[in-house]
Order: sequence, then structure tokens, then C-alpha cells
Amino acid sequence: MIRVVLPAHLRTLARVDGEVALEVTGVVTQRAILDALEARYPALRGTTRDQVTHDRRAFVRFFACQQDLSHESPDAPVPGAVAAGEEPFLVVGAMSGG
Amino acid sequence: MTAVRVLVGTRKGAFILTSDGARKRWRVNGPHFGGWEIYHLKGSPSHPDRLYASQSNSWFGQQIQRSDDGGKTWEPVGNKFAYAGVTGTHQWYDGTPHQWEFKRVWHLEPSLTDPDTVYAGVEDAALFRTTDGGQTWEELAGLRGHGSGNYWQPGAGGMCLHTILLDPSNPQRLYTAISAAGAFRSDDAGTTWRPINRGLVSPHELPDPKAEVGHCVHRIAMHPSRPRTLFMQKHWDVMRSDDAGDSWRDVGGNLPTDFGFPIAVHAHEPDTVYVVPIKSDSEHYPPRGRLRVYRSRTGGTEWEALTKGLPQRNCYVNVLRDAMAVDTLEPCGIYVGTTGGQVYGSADSGDSWRPIVRDLPSVVSVEVQALP
Repeated sequence: MIRVVLPAHLRTLARVDGEVALEVTGVVTQRAILDALEARYPALRGTTRDQVTHDRRAFVRFFACQQDLSHESPDAPVPGAVAAGEEPFLVVGAMSGG
Repeated sequence: MTAVRVLVGTRKGAFILTSDGARKRWRVNGPHFGGWEIYHLKGSPSHPDRLYASQSNSWFGQQIQRSDDGGKTWEPVGNKFAYAGVTGTHQWYDGTPHQWEFKRVWHLEPSLTDPDTVYAGVEDAALFRTTDGGQTWEELAGLRGHGSGNYWQPGAGGMCLHTILLDPSNPQRLYTAISAAGAFRSDDAGTTWRPINRGLVSPHELPDPKAEVGHCVHRIAMHPSRPRTLFMQKHWDVMRSDDAGDSWRDVGGNLPTDFGFPIAVHAHEPDTVYVVPIKSDSEHYPPRGRLRVYRSRTGGTEWEALTKGLPQRNCYVNVLRDAMAVDTLEPCGIYVGTTGGQVYGSADSGDSWRPIVRDLPSVVSVEVQALP
């Protein structure tokens, strides 16, 4: 199972507490994780990436294993520790005021 | 007993204010969707406990929330606003072509008769409609596609479709207004549109006095018993049309300034109109630090200042375009929300005012429902 940590606003929208565990088949990529996340929690569609282009939203970041994966290709495999369920995939709201 | 429910959208959540028909004692419920910008929330006229809310922020984008119990509980519904066909371009601030990009929903206007049908005005300016209670949204693309869309340009607040009026006597007729493009009318239920800006003059923004589009309309209001008469608060100028927008005339009269954002019509008197004059296009606060709602009982031109209960010194708040509403009780109630977080209410057509709540986040929108 893939472990995903959501920011507070998205946990509220998805009505979950703590980490989310997702079943992802095949190569584990950012796209595969986000596809599984949106399929399980439809309210999260459009919150991390554009619903039409699937581009990452400007103020959303993806972290894992102490790395910023935000600028990686969405089709690149995520670190093995994430694919193995040892480390979580973090969805982060970028620091910005207001 | 009749009750009143005021729906308040703020920069950091939604609040629901309730009172009985006397409108003296209020309960404040919220924040709903804390931390999110709530540009607008509004109830269905035909099913008042059906509410819709536009929830957005710059991190996680747009959500639409729906309630079937008057705002006690909410469910997220569809939030995919995809422009129809070729997206195309409008003019950017520097006059260059700029691709249409969806940013947020500014205004939700439920159908007068069907609680599952709602119109949404969005930035970048376009009109969407749902007929399944918000699950799916489809653009009424004839508005952007009627021919002038390429020439629309954003105002300082963005290029937003902020006003949607539904003619209660003619289901085929809709009005919209866009900053900074102007006012538009459809006579075929939203399929085709045409600009209705003849008589508007915007010398500071548009050197051509006959410009068909490009006017920064801030708000349009209509009384349901007289749907061909429209009142408009423009960037500068308060205007009136008596022919469904085919022509406009200036009714600013003796206002201390004709700049402002909201405009509303009394629920029972179609010639009684309210505006909130703001000092200027760069000084977004009341003249001389005195918050005054102005009322005309003559359909414009002759205006009186309403001051009783409103702050008359050191007041430098703004009242945004969607932040004034009237209820249908007798006497008519008026509600005004400010960027300082106050919501003022009047239960006597504006003669006197009281703060319902003083310290909310900056208020973006105010709507009111009279409940049985």
C-alpha cells in the first residue's frame, strides 16, 4: 500500500484523519498515486492538479524521502521506499501568505 | 414565525446569520470551510434549504459545496469548469492576446424554479450551468463566442463574470455583467448573447465613446415586478435602463461620488434603489470616513444619505459588489457586509442600521433568505 499524507484542508475535504493508504498497481508514479487518490476521494479532483491538463497546481508540492519531487515528471517512478510503503508521499501546500 | 437567514461569504470561510422576523437578535454560525475564500453562497428560491457555495483558495483551487439542510451539513459536488470548444484568447492588461484560464467561481445564481439548475459566473469570464445539482457544469459558450470576447480585458480584480440576473417573467431572458467587458443579454435561455452597453461612457478607460464592450460594470440589479428596468453601478456612474438594457442613462444625480460596487432594489418598491458610494477607483473607502448607504425613492437621480447606526467617523472599509442584499419581509430589510468584517442590517428599509456581527474576516458576499 502507498502511504499518502495530505495537508489539513485536503484531509477535511476527503473527510479523513491521518495518513491515507492507497492500492496502486504497476509502476508507482506521481500520476498513478494521484489517479488512485482521486478515484478513492472524488472531492480531491482538481485540488492538486488541473482537471483538464493534469498539470500540478502552482502552490502544491510533492515531497518524499526528504526530496522535493514537484518538478519530476509525473510519469517517473517515485522512490522505492514510497513504492514499498516504507515512506509516505507528502502533498504539501506551498508556503504563501494570505 | 417567519425567519431570516443571511449567508455571508468571507475571505476565510462562510457564516450563516439567523434571526426571527423581528431581525433584532441574531445567531452567528460558522465558520464553514474555515480558511477558504467563499466568494458567494446562495439558496434556491424554490427550495430554500438547498444552498450552494463557491469555495476556493490559491493552493487547492475551486470547490462547489451543496447543502440540503440550510447549511447545517455540506457535500462537495462537481468542480470541473472546462471551457467549451477552442478556449481562445482575450486581451491581457498590456493588450496582448491571453489564453482563457479558469481561476474561480465568483457568483452562483440558482434557477428561480428548479433547485438542481444553477448558473455560475467565473473568472476568466464565462457562464456555466448545471442541471444536476452541481455534479456537472457546462459552459454556455455563446457568451464568450458572440464576437467580442477577443476584446475583453480584465479589470484590476480580474476578468470575472460577477452578475447573473434571471427574468422571472421570461425564462428565456438572462442578463450577465463582466468586469471589464460590460453587460450582456440573452433572449434564448443563454444560447446566444449580445452586448447591452449603449449609453455607457467610460472616458478614463475607453477613449471611444461608442465602444460596444470594455466597460467595467460592477453590478446590475432588477426588481422582479419590473424586469425591463435595470439599475447599474459602474466603475464610475450609476445608470438606469428601462428597455432591458438596450439603452442606459445616468441617474447618479446628487450622490457625493458615483463610484461604488453594489447596487440593490427594495423588495417591495421597484423605484427604491440603494448604493454605497466609495470615494474613488483607487481610494476604496467611503468619502470622509463616513459609511453611508444612499437611497433613492425616485428610481435614481435624487438620493438621500442613510446614516443612523452606521459609523460616521474613521471608517475606511469597502463594500464589495456582491455584499449588499435585501429581504422580502415587511418592512424590507437591507444587509451590507464590509471588508472590515462587519455585517450591518436594517429592518426598516434603511432608516436605521445595527451591526449584526462586527469581526468576521473581510466580507465578500451577502445574500439573504426569508423563511416561512
